[in-house]
Amino acid sequence: MNFDLTEERQMLQDTLRRYLADRYDTGVRNAILDSDTGFSAEIWAGLAELGVIGALFSEADGGFGGAGFDIAVVFEELGRAGVVEPMLDTAILGGGLVAALGNAEQKALVEDVIAGGAHLALAHGEPASRYDLNRVETTARTEADAIVLNGRKAVVANAEAAGHLIVSARESGAVDEPDGISLFLVPAGMAGVTLTGYPMFAGGRAAEVVLDDARLPASARLGAAGAAFPALETAVARAGVAMAAETLGAMHAATALTREYLLTRKQFGRPIGTFQALQHRFADMLIELEQAQSAVINAAGHLGEDAPRRDLHVASTRNLIGRVGRLVAEESIQMHGGIAMTQEYELAHIAKRIVMADHRFGDTDYHLERFIALSTAAA
Amino acid sequence: MDLAYSPEEQAFRDEVRAFLAENLPDDMADAVKAGRDLGKETYDRWHAILNQRGWLAPNWPKEFGGCEWNAVQRHIFDEECSFAGTPRVVPFGLTMLGPVLQKFGSKQQQDRFLPRILSGEDWWCQGYSEPGAGSDLASLKTRAVRDGDHYVVNGQKTWTTLGQYANWIFCLVRTDPEVKHQEGISFLLIDMDTPGIEVRPIVLLDGTPEVNEVFFDNVRVPVGNLVGEENKGWTYAKYLLTHERTNIAQVGSSQAGLAAVKRMARAEMSGGRPLIENPHFAARLAQVEIDLMAMATTNLRIISQAAVGQAPGVEASMLKVKGTVIRQEINDLARRAAGPYALPFASEAVEGSNEPAAGAGPVSAQYFNNRKLSIFGGSNEIQRGIIAKVKLGGGK
Repeated sequence: MNFDLTEERQMLQDTLRRYLADRYDTGVRNAILDSDTGFSAEIWAGLAELGVIGALFSEADGGFGGAGFDIAVVFEELGRAGVVEPMLDTAILGGGLVAALGNAEQKALVEDVIAGGAHLALAHGEPASRYDLNRVETTARTEADAIVLNGRKAVVANAEAAGHLIVSARESGAVDEPDGISLFLVPAGMAGVTLTGYPMFAGGRAAEVVLDDARLPASARLGAAGAAFPALETAVARAGVAMAAETLGAMHAATALTREYLLTRKQFGRPIGTFQALQHRFADMLIELEQAQSAVINAAGHLGEDAPRRDLHVASTRNLIGRVGRLVAEESIQMHGGIAMTQEYELAHIAKRIVMADHRFGDTDYHLERFIALSTAAA
Repeated sequence: MDLAYSPEEQAFRDEVRAFLAENLPDDMADAVKAGRDLGKETYDRWHAILNQRGWLAPNWPKEFGGCEWNAVQRHIFDEECSFAGTPRVVPFGLTMLGPVLQKFGSKQQQDRFLPRILSGEDWWCQGYSEPGAGSDLASLKTRAVRDGDHYVVNGQKTWTTLGQYANWIFCLVRTDPEVKHQEGISFLLIDMDTPGIEVRPIVLLDGTPEVNEVFFDNVRVPVGNLVGEENKGWTYAKYLLTHERTNIAQVGSSQAGLAAVKRMARAEMSGGRPLIENPHFAARLAQVEIDLMAMATTNLRIISQAAVGQAPGVEASMLKVKGTVIRQEINDLARRAAGPYALPFASEAVEGSNEPAAGAGPVSAQYFNNRKLSIFGGSNEIQRGIIAKVKLGGGK
């Protein structure tokens, strides 16, 4: 057994941590949160230049990583610094799907993504689908050599900034059938596509996307007709590792801030960290944080395995991270008292990131059910 | 033992319900039920509606214009208000300062301030907490130094809720720094228009400026604005806190919150079925409902004692802890119920365009904002300390 990072990954971690420690403080982030775009083009270019985006793609796709531990290293650092830039949406989801399904021409987009020149967004979830990946009501109808999309996509992160939306739509089958779902590359600003954008609670922006007879050429389809579901599942499993790692990083940050506060804040004439009631709770946070660390390792280490085993680990990890995340966020706020409730204090943002991560691609309950289903099937 | 309300209590409930049905404006109830931010205008409007009916000050004696309701009546009233979706009555003048002035204030102070609280002419805020004195309130440092017939006040208060709307603030100030912590504190009424006062909003993590910092720079306050005796302010502050802790369990709010979660969970779909049929969600919902049912009865047991004149002791602390934990759990359930629609910052952004999730309201903002429930008014750690001290330490 060896739990050390490879030299390359260690270097990536060090470089990224240093870059973000220098560039990404609370003031910078708050300015980004207040901006119209919800992210910083300068930071994005910096991340691309450092090779952070390339580390999320395999060599075959033009990157130099792409494995579970590459994803975990990058996202843990992004989470530690509370980065709101849409790495998940552009690189893991959008870029990952184009790399997995695209033809040579479409894959040119991946190069742009790695270089920092393109933004993408996955428009998959719908108002009635909640976290179910297989439930797609949006339809794709073939008319001569055109494809016509109709439907509504919910809370599409990074939609406004994206040069292309990757839109899922059903070409055949019942509304919740995995077969029959296709993905399409939809250029921004296309006729028949309406975006209603808004900021998200923990940073970044999203949009409701309405597709009203949006007409695409057949060449916009990614991969074979109706066969996109396995690639979607893979992309979302990778996103699950990314989000678990990001939340882990944020939990490290919250715990560090709480430790600092327990040591310095005085009440009744002594540091509050000397009160046993708080000591025990802080100890519990640390124990759970170790659990979270291990869970991320489990998911990252099993990401390359076959789907049922991979997804079992992703589900177990996301369930555990969701539970620990709620504990760490709530206890950090409580032990800080009122100061943690203020927007300008670092912990407020970190806590929001931790809790809101539970609302993308399945929360603790969803992943508990998924774990039960997958482990029952495996037995 | 009889768990039913008496016929008189039932009749009172009917009367309250009828009044609310007739007098609570729909737009107000909608805003409250959607969890939207209410501005001063809304609070003032509701204040005036209750004042006109003479139902503004349930806990005040009749001689000062109150209803003199007993604890059970007050509970019924609060419960009906929560069900109907009324704005809360801003408590600083009515439930906090009012009783202090009635018990400890001079005749002059009573005549001057109490009617203006009822009329809504004065909006009070509370100047207790300081940056260095949160749960350890007695360590406060804001100084008031006597200079002729004025006190000169210097220092800073914080977490001043809705201070941006207030024209008066009641403050705890240190008038004698030489004595023990709790001694040497005085209770001062300060006109917010006095030169030297600056109010700065603090934006909370849900994006709202609900609280403020208040700075005092050589603020001159007439000696006549001192409540009771100099250096005895801690006594009055403690008396005020016992009033702040009435309705501390917030049973009505939790019941209304639970009903809202159920509404959402019926509309939200999960796996092609209403979320409320999802076994895991249903189990969580049932768990908190079971807790709430028991707490409602705990609350009534304590209220019944209070109604016959027994002051609650550690029971108030127990209600604060349990009540806030349950309320926060309900907020968490509402957040979960919204699913991906918990992510948008402004629910208005998606309202009207999205059928099932539109009812979700600003669930994330409420979840985060209500983290304060276990922090303010004496944090839950302080309450647990009180319970343990009384029960283990040979206290009363």
